[in-house]
Amino acid sequence: MLHIARYKQVLILLACLAGVLFTLPNFFYSRVERHNDAITAQEAGRTDAEIEADAALWPSFLPSALVNLGLDLRGGAHLLAEVKVADVYATTMDAMWPEVRDVLAAERDAIGFVTREEAEPGLLKVRISKADGVERALEVVRGLAQPVVTLTGAGQSNIVVSAEGPVLTVQLSDAEKQASDDRTVKQALEIIRRRIDAAGTREPAIQRVGDSRILIQVPGAKSAQELKGWIGTTAQLGFHGVVGRTTNASTEPGAGNFLAASVNEEGVYYVLERTSVVTGEELVDAQPSFDQNGQPAVSFRFNPAGARKFGVYTSENIGAPFAIVLDDEVISAPTIQTAITGGSGIITGNFTIEESTNLAVLLRAGALPAGLDFLEERTIGPELGADSIRAGQMAALVGFIAVMAFMALTYGWFGWIANLALILNMTMIMGALSLLGATLTLPGIAGIVLTMGMAVDANVLVFERVREEMKVVKGPARAIELGYDRAMSAIVDANLTTIITAAILWFVGSGPVRGFATTLGIGIVTSVFTAIFVTRLFIVWWFQRRRPKTLEI
Amino acid sequence: MRLRLIPDNTNINFFGYAKVTFGGSILLLIASAVLFVVMGLNFGIDFRGGTTIRTDSTTEVDVGVYRAAVEELGLGDVVVTQVFDPTFDADQHVAMIRIQAQDGQESIGEETVAQIEAALLAVDPAVTFASVESVGPKVSGELIQTAVYAVLGAVAAIVLYIWVRFEWQFALGAVVALAHDVGLTIGLWALFQIKFDLATIAALLTIVGYSINDTVVVFDRARENLVKFKQMPLVDVLNLSANETLSRTMMTSGTTLIALLALLVLGGDVIRGFVFAITWGILVGTYSSIYIAKNIVLMLGVKRDWSKEKKPSGNQFMDIDA
Repeated sequence: MLHIARYKQVLILLACLAGVLFTLPNFFYSRVERHNDAITAQEAGRTDAEIEADAALWPSFLPSALVNLGLDLRGGAHLLAEVKVADVYATTMDAMWPEVRDVLAAERDAIGFVTREEAEPGLLKVRISKADGVERALEVVRGLAQPVVTLTGAGQSNIVVSAEGPVLTVQLSDAEKQASDDRTVKQALEIIRRRIDAAGTREPAIQRVGDSRILIQVPGAKSAQELKGWIGTTAQLGFHGVVGRTTNASTEPGAGNFLAASVNEEGVYYVLERTSVVTGEELVDAQPSFDQNGQPAVSFRFNPAGARKFGVYTSENIGAPFAIVLDDEVISAPTIQTAITGGSGIITGNFTIEESTNLAVLLRAGALPAGLDFLEERTIGPELGADSIRAGQMAALVGFIAVMAFMALTYGWFGWIANLALILNMTMIMGALSLLGATLTLPGIAGIVLTMGMAVDANVLVFERVREEMKVVKGPARAIELGYDRAMSAIVDANLTTIITAAILWFVGSGPVRGFATTLGIGIVTSVFTAIFVTRLFIVWWFQRRRPKTLEI
Repeated sequence: MRLRLIPDNTNINFFGYAKVTFGGSILLLIASAVLFVVMGLNFGIDFRGGTTIRTDSTTEVDVGVYRAAVEELGLGDVVVTQVFDPTFDADQHVAMIRIQAQDGQESIGEETVAQIEAALLAVDPAVTFASVESVGPKVSGELIQTAVYAVLGAVAAIVLYIWVRFEWQFALGAVVALAHDVGLTIGLWALFQIKFDLATIAALLTIVGYSINDTVVVFDRARENLVKFKQMPLVDVLNLSANETLSRTMMTSGTTLIALLALLVLGGDVIRGFVFAITWGILVGTYSSIYIAKNIVLMLGVKRDWSKEKKPSGNQFMDIDA
């Protein structure tokens, strides 16, 4: 009767102790934050007196995980971007054209001349001059097809070739499109991550959402526009041969060439060869530096293939100009003085130090494989976040005290036991949030306050039941035992249904809503634990000590 | 001295005024549906796309001047509302500016934001921009869809759970109670044109969770009493169960409301709509579990003759339902 096994008592107390221990760092938020930053710095191999001092701010044997504050509490920027995956189809088809041309040219006797026709992006249309050779043409182009390398698309080929009269149409198969989309998004994700890391912010969250979307949340970013600046520029770098220089913006560049404006010389345009000598993808490193005149510049280094191409081109074109083109604008167009075979060089052009640093970062990270559409952007200022934290803390505190007073007034001594359980419950929620690295948002605080109200529910169910049983059965011990036993089914059913809603909220919601679901879900688990195990343990202890004849409840 | 919200051994006949309460609820539901159709909901940018800018200024906000400044830019529909809150400082004046989604754009462009900020700074040099949020039409359409799925999914999952744990009549009673709560909330939102956004959906789901919680406690007791008092008429069993759990229902609603009240007053204006929705939901949820859910169960009747099923029929599968 009213007995809890010794090992259970120990387990319950250990769980409570763990809750308190993991909550502790949150009471010293900025101190622990500095400690954590210092530890990260030390692990990265950097150390100085300041870092040492910061690391010593918090004893390392204590847990140091903190509750992550959401953007709405800390301020920052949130972007939802859609990767224009279809962009890549066009590039792929363009890249395929020389290959198609070559295999068709080899069959000139059967199909005649081959010309590429205008077509919407993603389609490659080829006209052959001998219409009756179309069967043969289909055959050789289909010969170029390769199997798709994914699990789901296995066994399918990457291109679909069809013919209408003397015009062949080549396009990517659905399986290949899917595989291509997946590659594109992964690549974009990686590049965005590198660019944002390069900007050096704390704990950015960059994740893929659905098939082709990327969610970027950066606490501490000044605005969504700033964030877009970090990731938005495509930074497509190319080294092109220069055909001519003009001041007429409507100059016809001619086949195989294009016109690009100069960044530094107003009104000057360059006619450049469309095919670049080397592209930014062949860069292995780019660093901000200074040229021989002490002007900010960017020095770069090519990979071996790029270095070779660059070396061959420069040795063949000594004395001719070439252009360094970034996002279709000419940054500089120096004249080749000597063959550059070492694979490294320097880009100059009226940069400020900040510009040269940014350019180096963009070049290092590489170009985005496709453009981005921004579907959603939110900026929350740090003051608004701080206000929200203050208001939330105040409300939580007042709610906490009011609920405790209400419980104490209603159930007396038992109410205080429930209140003690409530305090433990709150610390366990915070501890669990820290341990899981979950994010606390403003609705999350609301979730905690709501849990506070509902957490006492399980105790209320038990206490009310004990009151009822007191009228029926003999002896308080039996009443307490029956109270807990009989209230159990209601507690389980009531809380399981709430867990269901919390789970659905978590899966469907994002950002703040998910934050609410997290605290609500954790709160339910901890409140059931404290109500069923912790209060029971306290009541059993109290009962064994006092052996009361009646219960005042 | 102990505080007792509800005296011991109450014997309230919850079905005495069934015509008034149940009829009243039906009327209110119809009114909500009419309001929803006629007035519509005041969707936030989450659901209709567009941009909201929260401004914070040390000088008094003149809504008309703000509106005129932004309207000059020709961005279409502009709504400016001033925000008041007890947690603000004395010289803190906050306004929300909403601009409709721009044609041919997903989220708002850099230049447009800069234009608006410049226009506002011109009329009020002390203004700062606490937050800028922009949602494109593509996402907002999807958000509505997922929100509707979320509410329906939650209701379906809960009904399924109750069906498994209780009888189908209880599940139906619970789902009608939930529809009642959600319906009345939407009606109130339409009537007062309160901003309906993602947070409201989260609040609706919380209401669903809370209301079911309350209903389940009464049902749990009814299930117990149905076994205990086999001869008692169903209406008496349900009344007894409601009376027995009334004290608990009031205590839990009371503590939850106390906590929410603190949040409503002190929690700041950013989450006030959200907290208000939950507070309202707890009031209607408590009402519906006492007056709606049980009425449905009573109307449908419950199979009482469990005893017969237990008779051994000599079949080894005799205890397996279905």
